[in-house]
Amino acid sequence: MRRIGVDVGGTNTDAVLVDTNRVLAAVKKPTSKDVTSGIVSALSTLLDHLGGEPGQIDAVVIGTTHFTNAVVQRQGLEHIGALRIGLPSGAAIPPFADWPKDLSSHVRGCVIMVEGGHEYDGRPFMPLDESDIRQAAKRFQGEGINSVAITSVFSPLTSECEERAAEIFREISPDIKLTLSHNLGRVGLLERENAALLNASLRRLAESTTLAFTEALHASGIKAPLYLTQNDGTVMRADQAEAFPVYSFSSGPTNSMRGAAHLSGLDDAMVVDVGGTTTDIGHLKAGFPREANTVVHIGGVRTLFRMPDLLSIGLGGGSTVNIENRTVGPVSVGYGLSTQALVFGGDQLTATDIGVAAGLSEIGSYPPSTGSLDQEVIGWAMDKIHEMIVTNVDRMKVDALPIPLLAVGGGAFLVPNSIPGISEVIQLEHGAVANAVGAAIAQVSGEVDQVFSGIGREEALERASDIARDRAAAAGANRDDLRIIDIEDLPLAYLPGDARRVRVKVVGETASE
Amino acid sequence: MAHLRKVTETDLELLATGAWILGAGGGGDPYHSLLAMKRLYSEGISTSLLDPDDLADNARIAVVSSMGAPLVSEERLTDPKVAARAVQMMEEYVGHGFDAVMSLEIGGSNALQPFMVAAFTGLPVLDADTMGRAYPEAQMSSFAIGDLRPYPLTLADPRGVETVVSKVPTWKWMERISRKVCTEVGSTAATCKAPRTGREVKEWGILRTVSQAIGIGVAVHAARQKKEDPVQAVVECEDGKILFEGKIVEVNRRTTEGFLRGSVEMEGLGGDKGHGMRLDFQNEFSVGWIDEQPRVMVPDIITVLDSTTGEAIGTEAIRYGQRVQILALRAPEIQTTEKGLQHVGPRAFGYDLDFKSVFTGGEET
Repeated sequence: MRRIGVDVGGTNTDAVLVDTNRVLAAVKKPTSKDVTSGIVSALSTLLDHLGGEPGQIDAVVIGTTHFTNAVVQRQGLEHIGALRIGLPSGAAIPPFADWPKDLSSHVRGCVIMVEGGHEYDGRPFMPLDESDIRQAAKRFQGEGINSVAITSVFSPLTSECEERAAEIFREISPDIKLTLSHNLGRVGLLERENAALLNASLRRLAESTTLAFTEALHASGIKAPLYLTQNDGTVMRADQAEAFPVYSFSSGPTNSMRGAAHLSGLDDAMVVDVGGTTTDIGHLKAGFPREANTVVHIGGVRTLFRMPDLLSIGLGGGSTVNIENRTVGPVSVGYGLSTQALVFGGDQLTATDIGVAAGLSEIGSYPPSTGSLDQEVIGWAMDKIHEMIVTNVDRMKVDALPIPLLAVGGGAFLVPNSIPGISEVIQLEHGAVANAVGAAIAQVSGEVDQVFSGIGREEALERASDIARDRAAAAGANRDDLRIIDIEDLPLAYLPGDARRVRVKVVGETASE
Repeated sequence: MAHLRKVTETDLELLATGAWILGAGGGGDPYHSLLAMKRLYSEGISTSLLDPDDLADNARIAVVSSMGAPLVSEERLTDPKVAARAVQMMEEYVGHGFDAVMSLEIGGSNALQPFMVAAFTGLPVLDADTMGRAYPEAQMSSFAIGDLRPYPLTLADPRGVETVVSKVPTWKWMERISRKVCTEVGSTAATCKAPRTGREVKEWGILRTVSQAIGIGVAVHAARQKKEDPVQAVVECEDGKILFEGKIVEVNRRTTEGFLRGSVEMEGLGGDKGHGMRLDFQNEFSVGWIDEQPRVMVPDIITVLDSTTGEAIGTEAIRYGQRVQILALRAPEIQTTEKGLQHVGPRAFGYDLDFKSVFTGGEET
């Protein structure tokens, strides 16, 4: 089973070639403006290891921060239509009510609220106003809107109103891209609607990005299927993923942590990923990142996505060192590291320079033309960097028991060798491309979401889990090795026979031949 | 007459944080009410707070709440106009206006209900409530403990369903009838309870709970800003107790008769490793069991806080994998009297348990 994992970051495109459990080759290239050529360049380096034979690749898995960055930087988003079904309820808090103004100005095209929706027990709340929906569809069309988010009250219980609205929209604008909120979230109208709005605003970018990825594969002569990684460390076929860009929002950190687990063979450890601008600290539990407890804000928008619980601090290889104030970061030279840092002939003192001067890394050339760094500066700056890492690792630990810590990312050498509460600090081989490794080893999932009645809760959960397992196995997972990562049931009190809607998601490794 | 304190948008944010913690897992996340208020403030509307000392004995007070299951209000978002409509209905029914408006319960989103009414009516909000927290039923209010008159009640729904419960013999009857109506309109409705006089409120109300909730909000926000432990800040601010630290391993919930009922199981972390805790709830957390022994019960306020952010987690949002700390805060005095316990003690929630506060006869002095 040979897979290529690619992580397309803002600065670098990392790629690895993995054969079952071994990393055969790894490469780090600058991300190109057109995305495609950077990937092609990384792929061709990897293919050289196979004697330039692309037929030996079984799958290519790409993880990307493109969509998160688009939201955070307010770039590449499109103006969308928002349709909320549920009047006269909710009129005081319309779509986009809690969005940061600078973001909604890039996304908010046209907002329409109509009557309809359901009660908590599945009864209709108000009859669906089909003529208003028809008018909405025509108005969106008239305003040149190509992507619409449709959210109906209690659609996680019954998606009827959203589905019917979608039918009407397609009759009027056959090419319109629709995001239906029940596909993206559960009970919690505003958060589910926010996810749908974000998703709708990213559809065009998702399409062009997926196309760029596909072209990169073609250009490299690879015929293997293309997958994109999701927040939960699993993969989705690129053609499906294109419709749900929000599912890949935090796949980068997830991939990094999963990659660290894979490279080390450890399932329970702290992970410190030192990038160019920030350091992400997380906790691996049973091989997966521990999840954040409550609502997650993406670019200032409240959602209920399941995201890894990460502490992100303003320290990275490119963090600038200020001698007068004795501070390190949070300002960073970012992608300018390879030209602006002292060890690369620049004139900006960075955390990387301190690490090199302290003998922890040999990148660039040291001493620079301006001469060696003052021992005193190296001393306090190194202390400062170590203190930032030590304090924040402690904040992320759940209990006092010592566990190992995995240092990954381009600036991993900045992590101290000994940390209180940590049994061992492990610097991983290929740790600099842990994110690409995580993409390569991403797992397969199986999901079920259906109503069960006439059986008790326990049995309903059991049956749903079995169906999810069957589906994961059908998608290529090893059936003996599946874990439930999401299980939720909602009672439907209005139906007889203890009816409940059950959702289960299981994940597992791909079965080896 | 009285001195009114202007309530800023920041005050409302602090109130929302504190009220959510006092909600004991119920009362609904005040986030939506806060959003609705922010929109009104951005249009130039403002509200004010009235201290109970400045209240005339013959003042006429509207007591308001949004009634229903918290899960429902996650989908059917609150609406200040409907909240105000319930008060207008009461004015029409009793034939007079009001001097101030107060909340039935300070816990959860109802802390902001009188402010939503105030935004539309211009009435001052009274610094008091009748629960000091959130409770699921009408007969659990301090006005019920004081045997004040339970009727009339007005109930409004955004579709134009408007109901007046004109007379009932007891608070329990008021709960039964109004609950049926509320369930019928989808388990969420704006209500105006039986009007009160200034004197009744001063005698039987739980006073200055709006200020108390704002105080908790101040402590939590300050701790977060200083990167200190917000959970500890709540404990210090309210003289509360941390009972358990753990991870949620099982949630069982069902919506019946307009309530969200169920239980949450936790596995201990840190000092509680190897122990388990179960919390039962009926909208709010009612009884907590550590290793199958009752450890904490109503009317003590049981609150579940996110270990990292100090944010309260409601019974409708609690889920597998969350890391939490279980806190007990002190019940208002009136609820721990013999009469009070008949209304809000463990037996009122169907448990064959004598009330034992975690704050008395404990290991601490």
